[in-house]
Amino acid sequence: MTASATTAPPTLRPEPAAPAPARRRGRFGVHLFLGAVSLAFLAPLLLAVYASLRPYEETARYGYFSFPRRLSFDYYRQAFVDSGMSKYFLNSLLIAVPGVLLTLFLASFVAFAVSRLRMRGGILLLMVFTAGNLLPQQVIVTPLYVLFNKIPLPYWMSDSLTMYDSLWAVIVVQTAFQLGFCVFVLANFMRTLPQEILEAAIVDGAGVWTQFWRVTLPLCRPALAALGTLQFTWMYNDFLWGLVFLSDGDKLPVTSALNNLRGEFFTDYNLLAAGSVLVALPTVLVFLLLQRHFIAGLTLGASKG
Amino acid sequence: MPKLSARRARRPGPRRYTRRDRLVLGVLLGLPILLDLALIWGPTFASVGLSFTTWDGIGDIRWAGLKNYEHLFTGYPQFWPAVRHNLLWLAFLGLLAAPFGLLLAVLIDRGVRFSRFYQSTLYMPVVLSLAVVGFIAQLILSRDQGALNAVLGSKNPTDWLGNPGLNIWMVLLAACWRHTGYVMILYLAGLKSVDPGLKEAAALDGASQRQTFFRVVLPTLRPVNVIVGVITVIESLRAFDIVYAVNKGRNGLELLSVLVTDNIIGEASRIGFGSALAVVLLLVSLGFIVTYLVQELRGERRR
Repeated sequence: MTASATTAPPTLRPEPAAPAPARRRGRFGVHLFLGAVSLAFLAPLLLAVYASLRPYEETARYGYFSFPRRLSFDYYRQAFVDSGMSKYFLNSLLIAVPGVLLTLFLASFVAFAVSRLRMRGGILLLMVFTAGNLLPQQVIVTPLYVLFNKIPLPYWMSDSLTMYDSLWAVIVVQTAFQLGFCVFVLANFMRTLPQEILEAAIVDGAGVWTQFWRVTLPLCRPALAALGTLQFTWMYNDFLWGLVFLSDGDKLPVTSALNNLRGEFFTDYNLLAAGSVLVALPTVLVFLLLQRHFIAGLTLGASKG
Repeated sequence: MPKLSARRARRPGPRRYTRRDRLVLGVLLGLPILLDLALIWGPTFASVGLSFTTWDGIGDIRWAGLKNYEHLFTGYPQFWPAVRHNLLWLAFLGLLAAPFGLLLAVLIDRGVRFSRFYQSTLYMPVVLSLAVVGFIAQLILSRDQGALNAVLGSKNPTDWLGNPGLNIWMVLLAACWRHTGYVMILYLAGLKSVDPGLKEAAALDGASQRQTFFRVVLPTLRPVNVIVGVITVIESLRAFDIVYAVNKGRNGLELLSVLVTDNIIGEASRIGFGSALAVVLLLVSLGFIVTYLVQELRGERRR
């Protein structure tokens, strides 16, 4: 940079003012490009929505890429009612909501301890958690499967009487696995908070819990909102844990249950499309509603150093 | 620096934490640490141990030495294709999706109109479950009714997802569709936090737009670059859901993660062998994790 600063002749300076029309043309090109890419990105989704609105006989005869003759929401009703999707939605919520809350709570305390209390070994702790989140899930699947089969649970907690084949298993694994990411992001965020606030609280005689719950956590609201959105999406979308730790089809989360809409000999793809749209709806809505928080929140993990 | 050490010196050592403080710390640090060790690190080491044994999940665990690994490298025909597919996945996401995401982020960050629309649209695939992505891929690419063949309209339709030489590319496209948006949003967030004064200073110094970007902006985005790199590697090693949704990861779509899952929860239940596969996956990702942690540690020291 310094090199170009010294060598660049000052005559180059007026350049930005001159090519105004060229820039406008450039703008147009940018819009054309972004518009085309957006369309390409959106097209598969639109196609899925379109297919879900048309009866099978029609698309079977004319293909998915044809003009509609009849549009209806029948498949949505069918996907929701006939296949008992509400039950699977409930399962997904039972996993994702406690999972997100538990993860955020535990992670924010670890992050608080690591970044604010200046404990010895804090960095080590941070590393252990972060690295744990980067392991491929398949590495830990087998021992967990065996472990959960060995842990007995009372009937009121799990009708299989073991941790295996109960939603508890999925919630606990999701929480443990996502802790790392949340600790990482929250620790980075908490570092940006002024230490003086905490010191003032200490002078006032606040204990660790007050420092955490009353002083630090309220300041982390934007980060928690962003992480909450992200974590909800991830836990809701997860596919593997439900597949591995649940054997009773009635307990599956809605993403794994999508396969139930596939017939044994014959699959009505339009029904499956309606199911997919229904499954995707909660995350898309959550994203669109919380979009602003979300992008602001992502910066928190990234803009450090 | 001197301020920091002064603060540290001021802090009285012994009566720093009360008994209640210690209880809070013990419980609220102990619980997550216990969870992490018992459910993440413990099983990781257990997997390494199991990879040296043969076990069907019910009977006795028998020591097998390196036999699993030997069988893996020489007598298991799906292994090398799976490795190749994972590497292809990595190359595709790293060399295609990630730079493309960066390009889109830069274009959107210039403040064009409708940027919010572009941003949401491009990010939309990321919030979808990969199972849904896999299904949508079928809707477009299936041989007889798929939209792509309808558009192409040829006499003998291509079986995009059934042809073992072709389907991996199609699945990779679907994976890119998702990854691009992810990378874009990360860079977008990073670009928003770049001090505009930097760019102005560079422009005043006569740097062209390209120079400004590559010499000034991109280096300040280093933390984002690291995160994008790690995410790309991890995503390509973890890749599972799309291929599983398309055809359970067979017939040209083998991936290491699929082989592990097949061996462990499949009917054969070859847990020792599945663990050996998982350890291979672990070793590869460990290389990247360690690189990343070293980077982080250095940053930590500088702080």
